[in-house]
Amino acid sequence: MNAPETHRMIGASVKRKEDARFLTGTGQYTDDLILPQQSYAVFLRSPHAHARIASIDTSAAKQVPGVVAIFTGADLAADNVGGLPCGWLIHSVDGKPMHEPAHPVIAHTKVRHVGDQVALVIADSLGAAKDALELIEVDYDELPATIDTAHAADPGQPAVHDDVPDNTCYTWGHGDKAATDAAFAKAAHVTTLDIVNNRLVPNAIEPRAVNAAWSPADDSYTVYVANQNPHVERLLMAAFVLALPESKVRVVAPDVGGGFGSKIFLYAEDVALTWASKKVRRPVKWTAERSEAFLSDAHGRDHVTKAELATDADGKFLAMRVHTIANMGAYLSTFASSVPTILYATLLAGQYATPAIYAEVKAVFTNTVPVDAYRGAGRPEATYVVERLVETAARELNIAPAELRRRNFIRSFPYATPVGLTYDIGDYDTLLKRAMELADVDGFAARRQASEQKGKRRGLGYSCYIEACGLAPSNIAGALGARAGLFEAGEIRVHPTGSVTVFTGSHSHGQGHETTFAQVVADRLGIPLENVEVVHGDTGRIPFGMGTYGSRSIAVGGSAIMKALDKIEAKAKKIAAHLLEASADDIEFKDGTFRVAGTDRTKAFTDVSLAAYVPHNYPLDKLEPGLDESAFYDPTNFTYPAGAYICEIEVDTDTGEARIERFTAVDDFGNVINPMIVEGQVHGGLGQGIGQAMLERCVYDNESGQLLSGSYMDYAMPHASDLPDFTVETAKGTPCTHNPLGVKGCGEAGAIGSPPAVINALIDALAPLGVTDLQMPATPHRIWSALEAARTAKQP
Amino acid sequence: MAISISLTVNGAPVTANVEPNTLLVQFLRDQLRLTGTHIGCDTAQCGACTIHLNGRAIKSCNILAVQAEGADLTTIEGLSHDGQLHPMQAAFRECHGLQCGFCTPGMVMSATALAATHPDLNEADVRAQLDGNLCRCTGYHNIVKAIVQGAAAMKPGVAAAAKAA
Repeated sequence: MNAPETHRMIGASVKRKEDARFLTGTGQYTDDLILPQQSYAVFLRSPHAHARIASIDTSAAKQVPGVVAIFTGADLAADNVGGLPCGWLIHSVDGKPMHEPAHPVIAHTKVRHVGDQVALVIADSLGAAKDALELIEVDYDELPATIDTAHAADPGQPAVHDDVPDNTCYTWGHGDKAATDAAFAKAAHVTTLDIVNNRLVPNAIEPRAVNAAWSPADDSYTVYVANQNPHVERLLMAAFVLALPESKVRVVAPDVGGGFGSKIFLYAEDVALTWASKKVRRPVKWTAERSEAFLSDAHGRDHVTKAELATDADGKFLAMRVHTIANMGAYLSTFASSVPTILYATLLAGQYATPAIYAEVKAVFTNTVPVDAYRGAGRPEATYVVERLVETAARELNIAPAELRRRNFIRSFPYATPVGLTYDIGDYDTLLKRAMELADVDGFAARRQASEQKGKRRGLGYSCYIEACGLAPSNIAGALGARAGLFEAGEIRVHPTGSVTVFTGSHSHGQGHETTFAQVVADRLGIPLENVEVVHGDTGRIPFGMGTYGSRSIAVGGSAIMKALDKIEAKAKKIAAHLLEASADDIEFKDGTFRVAGTDRTKAFTDVSLAAYVPHNYPLDKLEPGLDESAFYDPTNFTYPAGAYICEIEVDTDTGEARIERFTAVDDFGNVINPMIVEGQVHGGLGQGIGQAMLERCVYDNESGQLLSGSYMDYAMPHASDLPDFTVETAKGTPCTHNPLGVKGCGEAGAIGSPPAVINALIDALAPLGVTDLQMPATPHRIWSALEAARTAKQP
Repeated sequence: MAISISLTVNGAPVTANVEPNTLLVQFLRDQLRLTGTHIGCDTAQCGACTIHLNGRAIKSCNILAVQAEGADLTTIEGLSHDGQLHPMQAAFRECHGLQCGFCTPGMVMSATALAATHPDLNEADVRAQLDGNLCRCTGYHNIVKAIVQGAAAMKPGVAAAAKAA
């Protein structure tokens, strides 16, 4: 920790305040909580991908000692419990609103994916609940299932929802189709790729958990839940599903063990337990088992895309055309509809001045778990399309990949893309140059030769990504279909002795807000870091909040805190002016001291805070006592973090095994509050991005609809031995021009930028052997198969 | 039918009645309320439940409570003494080897056992040996650095010097 005397905290790699409890086992995650009179819930889940429920017999199950209650969809329907809402309305190219089929909290007449909830069992103990679950008899009439993304909307496919016979939620278009088609017609070269963006399971290591309690004293509910945005959870549940006033529902998201998007959403289990807690008049707790999480957490990605890039003879990009089929799963999860549209097609310009872009996205229903935002949410899919196209074009045009990128970089800001965003600032040349230095691109040829002498192949792959974070100006998001505001709230409560509690609507589930946000406040007020406590994740304590997702916490939540600090400073100056018998306009505030400008007359921060709460010598006729201010901040634009990533990989062509030898990431996040934490966020994103590129794939059997990768035995989570040591550098960067901290957000960058770098590196390694394309995950088997196919093709 | 077991947990004697099908991790979490030991999977792969049994790192989801009869257990709650973080805990903090904290107790317990048997760990050893613990937040980068640093700090000479200083 540097220079505590001047309290300059911004930019310092301060060790985290939250670590002490996590390292000593004293964190409090949802499942750690046992409430008085606690009862335990388990869900009976569908074993079938698609079936009508002919009957459910719970009579034997109800006889199990310790069973408190068993509820089915019929019980919720009888109580008028609504379906789960979708928070973003998308319109099809024909102007019609998307299809929003019912999303029942517990399946009523039909199950639509393996894992769909069929019954809720509540008992005195988990064991009793599980015993009872075994005795529920359900008579299913099995139906044929639709599973495969690419063919879900084909004629004759079974309809997941009777009211959506073609399984098409929407067909959405974005950009200027006519201009794009015209540019393709006159292009010197067209690069075409067929891309599968593999379906992933987020797999936060803490499984989802809920503990809901109803109070007979005031007919209110307290819901502890592993969630990323408790106010949104409360709003959706209270207003749209259970018809309760928000004032009767308190949602607490205590320590949360990772989210990566999967804990943004309002899940059926959260609603079912809240509703049931009043029915059984006891707290009800449910914690997902891992295999259950695979069947019930929203999955990510799952796109099938045909992408084309048109260039002139010099490699100048003329236009891009993208057709994507995006799998929504069986129901629309909370923000599912926005991910392959607003968060995807708007990013297709990447870092390049491509003049015309058109994207068409067909969202389809299938008999699989719902798909929604997962780290990056649309932006990794866009980046993968752009960066694979660019590198493939470079190879086809025989232009060095870095050179082709440089020829097309955006260099003048602000820059309005043809897909609806206006980048405020960036410097892509510098990022790429620095990444190439750190990756020692100059020395690559020698390393490649050394690999070849060992009988192996080595490749270098680039990815220059951009993302849009800090979602978003609420009015613009609203015009694009958002059904929620996208501001953030914060409150600064200065206590009489000068310590400070910060209340933020952002939520930390690993990001370190308790440290970063405290640094912002300590820096501004000139007080010791240990005097600042950050409170998050409790609708009962925090004014409001939109939570943490989309790398928005510091850009939007941090800005709300800065606005509240402006108010604190303005009021504190008035108090100081009174104490110093001066005009407030003459008061300077620096490093925790109020000074009459140009004099040695000062008051300490603590003198002012004490006066605010013991207002004996105080301008009570003009100023309220107290020093407690809140603020809401609604951004005026997205922020645009960008980076240049370079992957160097070595392939054993006999086995298909690939090892990343070097991975270099240079990111521009604007100003950085805590470099240690920011680099940690990049590391984590890289781990997930490399996981997507090389290991992870959620696999369904296309006939039966059974999830084949439903546990850690079957789903390839990255282990320490799968990942390289990373070279990560946060560039000095270009501060965001439109928020008070000049920050951009860093949480998703690694997962967005890394997958194309890995695949581009593999193709660079194997192109001399005839391999021109690989789908993710590039497992040894896929690499070896691609090599075999190329060998066979070469033979006469 | 409950069975009585006697064992030592974090240095203190414990006698309790457990059901025969109670897993050791459930006994620790639900009966002893030592909730620092976490459950992250149901196939004994994530390692969030790692504790020490007679000095060895084990996954407490993979053993029945009754099998721990007479054993000496250490959980994450028993690792630090006198308000001082264990050198491995301190190294995780110093190296930012944790984010959400959920895998952390298991990571630290695996790491301390690993360092005790392999005092001269390097990063490649750690990556190879850490196969039984999953982390989704850190990409392992800083965990690996923390374990190397923690192992160095745990060496008898180093620990004694640190205590004397």
